[in-house]
Amino acid sequence: MTTVYISRDSGALSLGAEQVAAALRAEAAKRNIHCNLVRNGSRGMYWLEPLVEVATDRGRIAYGPVRVRDVPSLFEADFLQGGSHPLRLGPTDEIPYFKNQERLTFARVGATDPVSLEDYLTYEGYRGLRRALDMAPSAIVDEVTNSGLRGRGGAAFPTGIKWRTVLNTPSDIKYIVCNADEGDSGTFSDRMIMEGDPFVLIEGMTIAGLAVGAAQGYIYLRVEYPHAHRALTEAIEAAYRSGYLGKDILGSGKRFDLEVRLGAGAYVCGEETSLLESLEGKRGLVRFKPPLPAIEGLFGQPTVINNVISLASVPIILDKGGEYYRDYGMGRSRGTLPIQLAGNIKYPGLIEKAFGVTLREILYDYGGGSASGRPIRAVQVGGPLGAYLPESRFDTPLDYEAFSAIWAVLGHGGVVAFDDTVDMARMARYGMEFCAVESCGKCTPCRIGSTRGVEVIDKIMSGIDREKNLVLLRDLSDTLLNGSLCALGGMTPYPVLSALNHFPEDFGVSAAEKVA
Amino acid sequence: MAEHEWDREQVQEVIRSNKDKPGALLPILHGIQDALGYVPPDSVPLIAGALNLSRAEVHGVISFYHYFRSTPPGKRTIYLCRAESCQAMGSAALESHAKDRLNIDYHETTGDGTFSLEPVYCLGNCACSPSIMIGKDVYGRVTADSFDDIIENMQVDAQ
Ligand SMILES: Cc1cc2nc3c(=O)[nH]c(=O)nc-3n(C[C@H](O)[C@H](O)[C@H](O)COP(=O)(O)O)c2cc1C
Ligand code: SF4
Ligand code: FES
Repeated sequence: MTTVYISRDSGALSLGAEQVAAALRAEAAKRNIHCNLVRNGSRGMYWLEPLVEVATDRGRIAYGPVRVRDVPSLFEADFLQGGSHPLRLGPTDEIPYFKNQERLTFARVGATDPVSLEDYLTYEGYRGLRRALDMAPSAIVDEVTNSGLRGRGGAAFPTGIKWRTVLNTPSDIKYIVCNADEGDSGTFSDRMIMEGDPFVLIEGMTIAGLAVGAAQGYIYLRVEYPHAHRALTEAIEAAYRSGYLGKDILGSGKRFDLEVRLGAGAYVCGEETSLLESLEGKRGLVRFKPPLPAIEGLFGQPTVINNVISLASVPIILDKGGEYYRDYGMGRSRGTLPIQLAGNIKYPGLIEKAFGVTLREILYDYGGGSASGRPIRAVQVGGPLGAYLPESRFDTPLDYEAFSAIWAVLGHGGVVAFDDTVDMARMARYGMEFCAVESCGKCTPCRIGSTRGVEVIDKIMSGIDREKNLVLLRDLSDTLLNGSLCALGGMTPYPVLSALNHFPEDFGVSAAEKVA
Repeated sequence: MAEHEWDREQVQEVIRSNKDKPGALLPILHGIQDALGYVPPDSVPLIAGALNLSRAEVHGVISFYHYFRSTPPGKRTIYLCRAESCQAMGSAALESHAKDRLNIDYHETTGDGTFSLEPVYCLGNCACSPSIMIGKDVYGRVTADSFDDIIENMQVDAQ
């Protein structure tokens, strides 16, 4: 029986994948054809979604984007045998956008049925855990340290060092917390992993538990991701049923329990200490550090808190070795980065590449330029707290250090493109407004300064005392940079000042009279 | 504000089944909002009592999070993404269209009680911007026309 794949990823669903799946079923029934319809994750090529793949003896053949009205003609073209049709894209693996990636963490996403443990095992799943079960905790931590993995959630702190601290902090109770709050605009790799390969996250967290001696894990998931919630719940249940979670993992006598907890729409709860407060059932106010969460985290116990992608990268590191992973990348940025390309772009999607690929390659070789066909004028990298970059910076390689050298951040790897109709003063205003809406309220520069910042930008935009207000805006940004407890207030100047510095004309300042 | 009827027993059940979890408050608030569509202000004493917290603490948590609401929503809540990627693809125009069409602003509900409108800062559907979410369904590449189609189809459903 032929197997047909159509995604259950929320991006594909948002473009009609459910209706297409229903039409495929109905048309097959009408023609008395039996086929096996598998709901996979997304390959990350969103301009081709809903993408339909058919398993043939020449590999999987892709058709897309498929709309309901295309379904009868697909059957007429004998697509179940890979027949030719205007929507036929050839073998999925040969589509250049896909083929030229280096997929380590995302190797299975789109290939498997996300909630089938059987599929997961067929595609090399749980090999990392099996190896970890035979290793001493310290050796597991060494492997992760050797891989060079740095946290993918934003701050890029070495994961191995964090784990080592938790391992070395004596306590009967320790926790693994997965930060699945993914609030940054333009980022969706956490969502794609959780919807497209939830077992890899579960495996990564289980390995983390073995490494540091933690028996309980929590996934703190944002409430805006109902599809991820469903996939995670199904996968966790399957893992329990087959002994991959629970009190005796694969008969090893080791215990690991895992639970999903939902956030409630607060961006700041992605900040690790605020997240812990929220998990404890409180308002998400940022905590002072020290103590570090690694020493006094959830409910006062030593806690590993890592991003989804950081944890999902652990299974392959344990399976293939730290060195295998470290061989990808450049400088101190080792391994691969799931780059998320969005905004005004012709071919938006997820591209997993070794660090070092340039912004220009991402925007043009992969992205195909803007969706509107107009010039790309500005790119925001790293979410709402990331800098806006002009064309002159497009040759920067994606590398943590190269980005900080141009006063920008890589963050979670989200790239959002804007064409030349963008008004950068408005984007700067939005940056301040976002800070005002999402501030946890603990420190004055962030709580009050952001509201004042919106007012100051409004005055600049209406030409009221422009010179004076520009000085004020820089002053205020300085206070935010230096006087904030966390990066929400501390990095709001990145989008604001980068917009002003790179696009002064949008603020009514000519490039020549740029205020220093 | 008018008092709304709500099922005490249902709320008690949510509290009972969650109160022994570590960090039980958020799961309880989610449970109540899932069941009733909002967290009734006069359920706060019940929650506070069960968790041994002050009412002010519980109220402080409810008001901190954007997602929890203290008034009943419309039959459908439309979450419209205001974040950067959606802005790059015209969400500002979509936002004005939605407000005009529904004749409400953010945090409001249409007069017939059908739709509520809430801003949201990213749905993770940025590769298909602009995006909205209604209930648990996400819609991508939303235009003014497709917005009208979506809500017209729903109005039919809701009747
Ligand atoms: C305002 C704010 C929001 C954040 N949001 C997230 C988030 O959504 N996901 C995430 O993994 N990290 C987020 N971070 C970074 C976390 O504080 C923390 O660095 C991260 O969870 C550590 O995991 P990692 O080392 O694996 O990256 C945020 C930080 C700040 C200041
Ligand atoms: S900078 Fe803002 S969000 Fe961060 S702790 Fe201070 S007030 Fe809270
Ligand atoms: S920015 Fe709108 S869905 Fe991400």
